[in-house]
Amino acid sequence: MVDYCQINKSDIYRDYIVTSLYKRANEIEKAVVSYSKDKKVNIDDIIDLILTSKLTGFPIMLLILAFIFWLTIAGANIPSKLLANILFSIEEKLSDIFICFNAPSWLHGILILGMFRTAVWVISVMLPPMAIFFPCFTLLEDLGYLPRVAFNLDRLFKKSGAHGKQSLTMAMGFGCNAAGVISCRIIDSPRERLIAILTNNFVPCNGRFPTLIAISTILIGTASHSFLNSFLVSGLVIILILLGIVVTLLVSLIASKTFLKGTPSTFSLELPPFRKPQIGRIIIRSIFDRTLFVLGRAVAVALPAGAVIWLLANITIGDISILKHIANFLDPFALAIGLDGVIVLAFFLGLPANEIVLPIIFMSYLSTTTMIEIESIEQMRQLFISNGWTSLTCLNIMLFSLLHFPCATTLWTIKKETQSIKWTLASFIIPTVVAILICFITKSIFSLLF
Amino acid sequence: MGLTCKSCKRKAILDIYNIVKANPNQMLVALAGNPNTGKSTIFNELTGLKQHTGNWPGKTVTNARGYFKNKDKEFILVDLPGTYSLFPNSVEEEVARDFICFGNPDVTVIVVDATCLERNLNLVLQILEITDNAILCVNLLDEAKRKKIQVDLDRLSVELGIPVVGTIARDKKGLKNLKDAIYDVCVKKIIPQPKKITYPKEIEDELQKLIPMITPLITNKINPRWIALRMLDGDIKILERISQNSYCKGACNHG
Repeated sequence: MVDYCQINKSDIYRDYIVTSLYKRANEIEKAVVSYSKDKKVNIDDIIDLILTSKLTGFPIMLLILAFIFWLTIAGANIPSKLLANILFSIEEKLSDIFICFNAPSWLHGILILGMFRTAVWVISVMLPPMAIFFPCFTLLEDLGYLPRVAFNLDRLFKKSGAHGKQSLTMAMGFGCNAAGVISCRIIDSPRERLIAILTNNFVPCNGRFPTLIAISTILIGTASHSFLNSFLVSGLVIILILLGIVVTLLVSLIASKTFLKGTPSTFSLELPPFRKPQIGRIIIRSIFDRTLFVLGRAVAVALPAGAVIWLLANITIGDISILKHIANFLDPFALAIGLDGVIVLAFFLGLPANEIVLPIIFMSYLSTTTMIEIESIEQMRQLFISNGWTSLTCLNIMLFSLLHFPCATTLWTIKKETQSIKWTLASFIIPTVVAILICFITKSIFSLLF
Repeated sequence: MGLTCKSCKRKAILDIYNIVKANPNQMLVALAGNPNTGKSTIFNELTGLKQHTGNWPGKTVTNARGYFKNKDKEFILVDLPGTYSLFPNSVEEEVARDFICFGNPDVTVIVVDATCLERNLNLVLQILEITDNAILCVNLLDEAKRKKIQVDLDRLSVELGIPVVGTIARDKKGLKNLKDAIYDVCVKKIIPQPKKITYPKEIEDELQKLIPMITPLITNKINPRWIALRMLDGDIKILERISQNSYCKGACNHG
């Protein structure tokens, strides 16, 4: 009884205290702030109404996304080709030097055909799209658009039993899943934070965007560089992203109904004011902090991976290269989910950084094919077709890339954030199972239809 | 004799944030404020670090720490998570409050958004109840100008009783003044005298009873009036923190 009275009293006291604070704040504000009457002030509110309304919010979001991808895809083609040309001409020069010094062919193989070539592919495939995509993304962040996206998605997350702030951590995941996982700290409830961490990698990070973009370009075809084609490609990428979001919501829903039961807690999300973006800073920040960082990491991983691939492809056991042995071993499983052994191997070798999955696939095929130089995506397409790729292969690589286990950096971050090996393992297994399951379903549907 | 109770207590809290002053010439500066007022931008501009900034609330989830120099002093700057109040409703609020309260910063810089001063002032008033050593930094003056909002900084300084500096952190405007103000408060050239809020008589009466009881129990700079207020509004956790401190006192005596 006494306790009850005290609690009641302290509630009243807190009310008094808070009211006094507000009153004083209001007094000071009245004394020091003056407004000039201007109707223009309301423009921000009107923009907000349009961007976050139930009717127009989603279409505008999709349009903005579509525009950014279209810009990235249409703009990256030419510099990609240019970069590849320049870098491969350097390769020729380097090869000449090796020949000049009578270097053993295995050394040339490891250094040039293995390491250098993989690095060239990573740079020429990834740098141009990133140099366009990252500044666009940073621009949206600086303008204040991302929280509006979170606002739009909030209801969906609530319905999935997850925390509304998960839409923000998901948006961070588009940049980098490891950063996304760290940002999950903004969610207070441990249950909801875990859901957010476990599902963060269902949105493609910067490392996987180039893969998705390149494969969709291959799938749609680059016979003509028309606007229509770039639109189709960006449309495909957007469908994949939406699929990623749907899977995020579904897995969140399943988790909150089974092993992470509970009701979503409420929170208030403040929409920050729109601010004039600082173009100069955006470009510098996105190039140095994001583009070069991601690229540097990719190259650092690509160099040893390139050497490993070359060795695997050139050391033979009983007439067949080790690479072929591994690929053959993985083939039965891989073919069942519409991929092939080389691709599955590439995803495992790509664990340190997802960026290098495509270059590894590429190098593996190159090392077993007599094709010497590849200058455009069209030739890349030919190489893949000659290795038995179909539209299903393309589709499933994209699906697998979108849904599979997070990269080593992200896993390590999850371990640090959750302080639990169990949840780190879960964050590896859940996406992998989802990826295999969905790829298996598409494969089954395809074999039924064709 | 080296381990006084004060140093022990201080160390315990400083350990949490891993902040150790290398020499007496170093000053500890806390950067507090509502979310999305540009704390991280100011932090970056002052320290030259590249903490990621972005236009959304909740960007800073961990405390970032950096250093800068002004005249003969070196300053350790701690970027606290943005909060709307110091009532411990969330982890961010608790972290920010504990640092201002137990971290003993030499000065707390409160960053406010010039375009929504009233809401920001709630936090300012709460911080001023804990510490006297505070500077108000009115940021985003360019946004305010765009929205045709004028803020009378001199009047604001008089109303609050602490130094007020206007800044446009993104354009590096006003930061020199901010650095100098931080310096002046740290070396006691300026001694802020915040005007305290007067509460309704019922609360003031209770405070008069509580404060004399609390004062002998507190050994550092924490304001007894603030602790009394927290006791009145039923914040159990703050009492736990203080009892942790008295445990520390015992341990020190034995050591």
